[in-house]
Amino acid sequence: MLVPIEWLEEYVQTGMEPGELAERLALTGTEVDRVHDAATVGDEKLVVGHVTACEKHPDADRLRVCTVDVGADEPSTIVCGAPNVAAGQTVAVALPGSRLPDGTKIKKSKLRGVASAGMILSERELGLSEEHDGIMVLDEGPEPGSPLSAALPAPGAVLELEITPNRPDCLGIYGVAREVHAATGAPLAAPPWAGDPGESSVGQAPAGIEVTVEDSALCPRFTARVFEEVKVGPSPAWLADRMRAAGQRPINNIVDITNYVMLLCGHPLHAFDLDRVAGGRLVVRAARDGEKLVTLDGEERELVAQDCVIADDEGVTSLAGVMGGERSEVSEQTTRVLLEVAVWEPAMINRTAQRLALRSEASARFEKGLSPEGALEALATASALVCELAGASLLPGTLDVGGPGEPGPTIGLREERLAGLLGSPVTINRAAEILESLGFGVELSGGELTATVPHFRRRDVTREADLIEEVARVEGFGDLPATLPPNRSGRAGGLTPAQALVRRAEDLLAGRGLSEVVGWSFGDPQALAAFTDGDLIRIENPMSEAQSAMRPTVLPSLLDLAALNASRGAGRIALFESGTAYAPAPAGAPLPASERHELAALLAGPVRPPTWLDTEPQPAGIFTASALVGDLMAALGVAWEPREGGPSFLQPGRAATVATAEGDMGWFGEVHPAVCARWGLEAPVAALAIDLGELAATAPGPARFEPFASVPPVREDLAVILPATVGAGELVACIRGAGGELVSEVEIFDVYSGDQVGEGKVSLAVHVEFRDPKRTLTDEDVAPLRERIVAAIGGELGGELRG
Amino acid sequence: MIERVGQIRGEAAAAISGASTTAELDDVRIRFLGRRAELPQLLRSVAELPAEERGEAGRAANEARQELEAMIEARGAELELAELEAGLEGGRVDVTLPGSPAEPVGSLHLLTQTRREIEDVFCGLGYTVYAGPEIETVHYNFDALNHDRSHPARARTDTFYVEGGGEGPDERLLRTHTSPMQVRVMEEHPPPVALLIPGRVYRRDSDATHTPQFHQVEGLVVDEDVTLADLKGTLLAFARAIFGDGREIRLRPHFFPFTEPSVEVDVSCFMCSAGALEDGSRCPLCKGTGWLEVLGSGMVDPNVFGWVREGGYDPERHQGFAFGLGIERIAMLRHGIPDLRIFYDNDLRFLRQFA
Repeated sequence: MLVPIEWLEEYVQTGMEPGELAERLALTGTEVDRVHDAATVGDEKLVVGHVTACEKHPDADRLRVCTVDVGADEPSTIVCGAPNVAAGQTVAVALPGSRLPDGTKIKKSKLRGVASAGMILSERELGLSEEHDGIMVLDEGPEPGSPLSAALPAPGAVLELEITPNRPDCLGIYGVAREVHAATGAPLAAPPWAGDPGESSVGQAPAGIEVTVEDSALCPRFTARVFEEVKVGPSPAWLADRMRAAGQRPINNIVDITNYVMLLCGHPLHAFDLDRVAGGRLVVRAARDGEKLVTLDGEERELVAQDCVIADDEGVTSLAGVMGGERSEVSEQTTRVLLEVAVWEPAMINRTAQRLALRSEASARFEKGLSPEGALEALATASALVCELAGASLLPGTLDVGGPGEPGPTIGLREERLAGLLGSPVTINRAAEILESLGFGVELSGGELTATVPHFRRRDVTREADLIEEVARVEGFGDLPATLPPNRSGRAGGLTPAQALVRRAEDLLAGRGLSEVVGWSFGDPQALAAFTDGDLIRIENPMSEAQSAMRPTVLPSLLDLAALNASRGAGRIALFESGTAYAPAPAGAPLPASERHELAALLAGPVRPPTWLDTEPQPAGIFTASALVGDLMAALGVAWEPREGGPSFLQPGRAATVATAEGDMGWFGEVHPAVCARWGLEAPVAALAIDLGELAATAPGPARFEPFASVPPVREDLAVILPATVGAGELVACIRGAGGELVSEVEIFDVYSGDQVGEGKVSLAVHVEFRDPKRTLTDEDVAPLRERIVAAIGGELGGELRG
Repeated sequence: MIERVGQIRGEAAAAISGASTTAELDDVRIRFLGRRAELPQLLRSVAELPAEERGEAGRAANEARQELEAMIEARGAELELAELEAGLEGGRVDVTLPGSPAEPVGSLHLLTQTRREIEDVFCGLGYTVYAGPEIETVHYNFDALNHDRSHPARARTDTFYVEGGGEGPDERLLRTHTSPMQVRVMEEHPPPVALLIPGRVYRRDSDATHTPQFHQVEGLVVDEDVTLADLKGTLLAFARAIFGDGREIRLRPHFFPFTEPSVEVDVSCFMCSAGALEDGSRCPLCKGTGWLEVLGSGMVDPNVFGWVREGGYDPERHQGFAFGLGIERIAMLRHGIPDLRIFYDNDLRFLRQFA
């Protein structure tokens, strides 16, 4: 919302600088995006020019070469691309060395080979408005070379406000003036609708027009007046200037009046050429599917039954509350005008504007919910202007279907509630003063405040809490004390043990030299499908197909980022993410989806950067992943073992599952070469994932001390030849099983397969450590255990001691 | 004999100090103290002396032997150390060569670091941390947070909806803020509560200042007498913990559907003084305003409590505050990150900068 200060000051004069006023507004609830300060057109090299000649550029169709008198001895040659430049115009010129209000510096330049000594300016370049379709043409009169600041119409600052959706009343200058009045205490002038020329005829219908509203839910109020002897022509300068300052382009007096009154009162209006309303009858109704309308912007729109239209005998003539139709548009030939001001159902307006991608000034206001009373205020304001500026006569009568809304509610405000919520006392008298300044009706009796909500705040203020907000924001928060709330929960704050474990696991991977990444939760469903046997959660309205399904595991995010970093030259890649993986919720589940907190890691290239001493570190592979899983599970305090076989996106034979007593908690291995290829990564790529959320939640509590024996162990080394199908894990389990409780440690320290052990065989070397916490074992104690172990290896695994 | 012992002692002492290697010293030891050397032989011949001479001569010879042994040991230690030092010279290396093996320092993502810091500040203030579902329902994301039926955030241009996600209040969507957890936690936990809810959220937007996913931290404190002044004090403590002790905050009224009154909170800029750098130029961080907008907050709207009456919340009796802040925004302000997309690019060169 652009608010020209000059216009605002017609209703409230604060005597404040624009910046000061902006800050006051910001601190009382009206956000100010920017202060456009037109006073910066003070650069003395921004001057008035007179175009004495204007010729086509020899080498560019769109450019003109202008000869411009800028008050110097010699005229300047300036190249200009605006379509509207012509000889005889008085224009705004930026001479070389000048600076535009936005900071752009103007220099001598060459455009397609023709030297240009400066620039002829548009309104936007001068910071006056958004107008940039052509150059700004000034009124004749000022001398060429005179400073531009003196020649510009009504220079003044413009506030650009961001109005929150609950305050459509501030989408009008008068509403903003009321806010300024409340925020600063400066007196507020009478509203623009005071002095309605049609006041006496409210209650009777005008002749020559019939209106039927078929669905009053879609259109709670429809008001209109008829004007005759209308002379359509340009608007007077003051009005055109205000329009431009507020970011609108002047068109003709009738259209400008409707826009002007909308900007002033916050309620959109629409003018019909009454002679182009077929049959002199209007019907407000739901649109029919497939019905078509050419709107004012020249576009043909296809409508659906959820839209609301105004139709005449020839069909749809206006898209209610969004945009008028071309057929009944006011033109130079118009003499009879039907001025309509209605109220439309917000959700309907919102739907239609969205579906047609047609967010107009009107729809932006109607979709926030306007009051029925406001319609008549806008109609009164516009009536006076149409009579005054277009020489029209107002036919007696005001058409009114629907009438005013319910009277605003009255709400009580308790002083102790006010102070109790703010934590700082505000007197009830001060509250009354603030509410009155905002347009509320206030009654005070014996410390009890009762407020009547004005029609323009009816949707927003319905409860005591809303009144408290109004008082609090105008009173401001600067003097509010800063206190801390009491803690009566009986709990100390802090992380839960599970949350602390999550951090421990993340820290562990970072400590192992992996970099944490934050990937996208969504990806390309085609790529993601390979990572789940189940369905993907898909997004109905994604930003793109490539971000249209939720990842079923974190791994694809890691692959994306590994590929990206590899393409940027990273040789060693070690990444992890601690994030969510998504799947559809099983039937009857309490939550909308099944979300797992996964900790996943990916390693490619050497496990460490090579150095001059360590020139060929081993490449990351399944055992790198396995070691990390082991470290993580140790940190989490969960016993686990690897089980052969894992998800299908891992390479068969190099894939394992993380098995625990509570069930499978993840996987590790090497990513399937076909998957690597899809991401342009060179195999091997090691990866792992654990269900961190689940593991942290079920992890055992604080670890208990276990006494460790001071007696020395007996160590035995065994070299065993096994069929290659037997896993090292099975050997370890077999030794522990056969050796019993005295076996304290089993560790594989060498693996060999080859000629010396024969085909289909593998040789494993194992340290076995025996220990009895109560006494020192002797070789004689251990000998029978060793025999039992060797027998079990033979019997259970088909293995034998190596020669 | 005593005279001879004295002579030997003198010769030996000179030989010991004259030995320049441990091998030479060994030769000296054999020469003077070896089995066939003169001094031991003199010692052995003491028995053959007349009785009255034995005592003195034996003592003198013995003393001389012990003295020489000590001298040899001392000289030996000296020579050994010198020989070791001399040997070490050959082991000299270039200490400026890089260390090896290169075990790289990994890193937590800057967003994780920032989130943890925020969590720790509020844990210190007595809060409990909760996580909630990212795939939510219309009920929790909008309805129970008092969003108007026509609130623009509900539009399909603004919010991601799940395909085949149902209809009405149960329709599924990607949460647009962490606020739905306010309602979920209050359903389960009666007042008083003080909670912090960090998490990933989604909005349909993508440019230098918006990414379709980002991270928020939600705070909620409810009791019977929690005030707006308490909110101000809490956020002041937060601002000082994160941005430095000297910070001030200011509250600007705003509008959020689920708080009433609602305020936006600015922190005084930590790069400048009232908008100007030391050299007088305009501060690029706060753009000369002296203030940085950091979060939105307000007093919980009574309508929100209306949805959790069964959890023990009475809109007439209970009151409290809620706040929501963007982790990316805090990290960008603190570390001078120019573009939001850098966080999601995850270039290793970025990640390692914040190790």
